[in-house]
Amino acid sequence: MKITLKVWRQKSKDAKGEFKTYQHDHVSSDMSFLEMMDVLNTQLIKKGEDPIHFDHDCREGICGMCSMYINGQPHGPLQTTTCQLHMRTFKDGETITVEPWRAQAFPVIKDLVVDRSAFDRIQQAGGYVNVNTGGVPDANVIPISKKIADEAFDAAACIGCGACVAACKNASAMLFVSAKVSQFALLPQGHAERKERVEKMVEQMDTEGFGSCTNTRACEAECPKAISVANIARMNREYFSAMVSSYEVKVGGGE
Amino acid sequence: MKWLIDLFSSTLGRKVLMALTGLFLILFLAVHLAGNLQLLKHDGGRAFNVYAEFMSTNPLIQVISKGNFFFILLHAGVSLGLTIRNRKARGSVGYAVTSGKSSIWSSRNMGILGTVILVFIVIHLKDFWAQMHWGGIETVMYDGKEYRDLSKLVAYWFHVGWYVALYCFCMIAIGFHLWHGFISAFQTLGLNHPKYNPLIHFVGKAFAIVVPALFAWIPLAMYFNI
Repeated sequence: MKITLKVWRQKSKDAKGEFKTYQHDHVSSDMSFLEMMDVLNTQLIKKGEDPIHFDHDCREGICGMCSMYINGQPHGPLQTTTCQLHMRTFKDGETITVEPWRAQAFPVIKDLVVDRSAFDRIQQAGGYVNVNTGGVPDANVIPISKKIADEAFDAAACIGCGACVAACKNASAMLFVSAKVSQFALLPQGHAERKERVEKMVEQMDTEGFGSCTNTRACEAECPKAISVANIARMNREYFSAMVSSYEVKVGGGE
Repeated sequence: MKWLIDLFSSTLGRKVLMALTGLFLILFLAVHLAGNLQLLKHDGGRAFNVYAEFMSTNPLIQVISKGNFFFILLHAGVSLGLTIRNRKARGSVGYAVTSGKSSIWSSRNMGILGTVILVFIVIHLKDFWAQMHWGGIETVMYDGKEYRDLSKLVAYWFHVGWYVALYCFCMIAIGFHLWHGFISAFQTLGLNHPKYNPLIHFVGKAFAIVVPALFAWIPLAMYFNI
């Protein structure tokens, strides 16, 4: 296969970026997209050029690092991560445009690498269970129905890749935040901090500068882990009921 | 009261305002249509004029009407604020290539559709509502009582070709706006459940087609004397 790549090149966070075109003549249809990028980078290094920087780690679709906006879709035309996307998805001779995630809250560090620590700060704002759980409890001490357990697990499948933000026309992080809120809200272990959690996580999400949700459902269509927008509706319910019924907890407490 | 300010300044709270005002305006559309359909009666506009007189004089309707104006402005105002925020959220550099495959057209263009509708509302108010209240509208007598002859004014405009075309175009815009807006409002309010999702989707889509189609049918029927 022969392909033409249009890749976003940007030296540093504050540098002005631009598209550079690369002719790639040694592509096998069995290569993953990242392997294709590796081969191109090897050629660039041999020529003494700066290779294209991109995030990657596990290469088996579970770490969520491989953030590439390929031909107008996060992770390319299939509902997978970029590492699970193969070149057979593209036509011989095709021109492929590769861009970084675009969001004010995800600044570009270099080329295709963006800073996704905004997601970490949202998670740190309340995406955990604080209670001391003690020793390992006996099985079935806390009964959870199969359906609820499945739904919580589906929400917990979110790998925080940021494809939802990249796909959303408003760069909204609602699918990510709602998945993280839902995985705890559904389970009894998460109930103790339920209200405080959703209030803090939504506040952090807004502080980071993500857009609002207009229910286009593009996030759901692009999510490599098929997280449902039903989670967004759940977070809306959680947030409103928390805001109208919670005690206003001051940080520091005890005053 | 800080929590209340926090609630309605958050993106989620502002979306609730969009959903609630949107649902109110959907109800308003249904009531407005029920009134307009009386224009199709071949009674010289009597039923429509009696209805219009009631709507512009009944004290309860007057209160709801003030609320309606407020909700239209709130719906437009909040959406403007959110749109500015959403544009900013993309960052200074946007995408060079975007694909529309993952969402429906109307959901991505609610702002443009809403602007068309807002302009239509202004024209619509100027030509009918303002004439009814402050214009030198003609009157007609039914059973010894004087009524303002709004149906005559409507009949005048609905025989002007470009006006009928503009009206129908705006009804298409309302249809697309409703196609996304009706279902979206329920999702924003957190009402998403497999038991009643099919009903919301069916009613939402049916409403988005039937209501604007009936609105548009009235000027078409009058223009072509059907």
